[in-house]
Amino acid sequence: MNGFIEPIVGRYVHVEINGEINRIYFEENGSGIPLVCLHTAGSDARQWRHLLTDPEFTRHFRVVAFDMPWHGKSNPPDSQYGTEYRLTTASYTATIRAFCNALKLERPVVMGCSIGGRIVLNLAIEHAREFRALIGLEAADFQQPWYDTAWLNRPDVHGGEVCAALVSGLIAPNGPEASRNETLWGYKQGGPGIFKGDLYFYRVDGDLRGRTSDIDVNQCPLYLLTGEYDFSCTPEDTLRTAAGIPGAKATVMERLGHFPMSENPEQFRRYIAPVLQDILDKQNY
Amino acid sequence: MESRLVRRDTDPVPFAPDTVIAAFKTIPDLLAHDADLTVRGRWLDVDCLLGPSTQPFHVAIRAGQIVDMTPAPVLMRTWQFAYRATPAALAAHWQQMPPAGWHDLLALTKRGQATLEGDLHPFMTHLQYFKDLLALPRRSGFGGAS
Repeated sequence: MNGFIEPIVGRYVHVEINGEINRIYFEENGSGIPLVCLHTAGSDARQWRHLLTDPEFTRHFRVVAFDMPWHGKSNPPDSQYGTEYRLTTASYTATIRAFCNALKLERPVVMGCSIGGRIVLNLAIEHAREFRALIGLEAADFQQPWYDTAWLNRPDVHGGEVCAALVSGLIAPNGPEASRNETLWGYKQGGPGIFKGDLYFYRVDGDLRGRTSDIDVNQCPLYLLTGEYDFSCTPEDTLRTAAGIPGAKATVMERLGHFPMSENPEQFRRYIAPVLQDILDKQNY
Repeated sequence: MESRLVRRDTDPVPFAPDTVIAAFKTIPDLLAHDADLTVRGRWLDVDCLLGPSTQPFHVAIRAGQIVDMTPAPVLMRTWQFAYRATPAALAAHWQQMPPAGWHDLLALTKRGQATLEGDLHPFMTHLQYFKDLLALPRRSGFGGAS
């Protein structure tokens, strides 16, 4: 409808991460339990815009999605221009905790996808008491690489085109065309080397095999949901990970791939609604 | 002659090997009728080897158009890169709703159903072009009965 203004509000918060102030862009809508959403590698928080405008979810949850430093509208920290960006388990964990603290969110739920799903597992291992529940989309303790990330940042290959083309196959076929295009657009807009730098965490630094058995879901419930068409983090990867965490709830989502919240929001809604309801029910118990 | 559908236990969909090769042969014509895809390849000039592993083709691409496609082997013909997939993989890939894990060129390489060899630079600079090019038989209704 012409003139319609969405209820999402976007602002900047200054967050000290590893001793330096970062100007972090975030969007939010709703009230209630804080629900912090983490975007995939090489993209930004626009992936969550459908969840952010869902009238049912935002009645019970304060949905907050932020652009990681170097992504979207969150610039690199002033001192880091010109350096090679590399996300690590420690820096990713510190960023999420610092953001939540800066906004004074009280025991938020954190939902992350892909690298966001992986780091959610680390939050469950190291900081479970700080969170009300954790949701990992396309999450596993490890997955087998399927391409050489050197192709993502070199002067003779268009970074935006190759990043989008690589991940295009992770979207389930026959979903909404506009949603597919929008999902890929985020990859075409990433800064040079940022997708590759995120994958340093995913491929090299963030191998959580052997550590996830420490997760205690009694401290913090853990939900894992993976799209059947995700051949990067496969359903088998997620189910294997969940099998090693007593009490973790794992779901394979049909007709979805690696970007459930943005590639097919309606289909994703069918799966995430019961999870959010379960979290709500636990609060009311 | 009617092709006989076959399906081994490891094949995700039943298919006739002859129809996979026949479908691959339609790609130049399908591309010629796809102006958008041709335009996306307008900077691409390459000689490559593509197709079913049992019968690959030497494909000459100039400015995004296939100007020649000849069954391999051709004596001493060179190619810059090769993407070859098993007929079973292509049959699955071309289904209207391909089965999970058979729906992308790199999903097929990850599962060992396709090989990617040679100098990959032209393939990677035009990755979406090649993904869309090699999926064209899906659009023309190959094996819609999956």
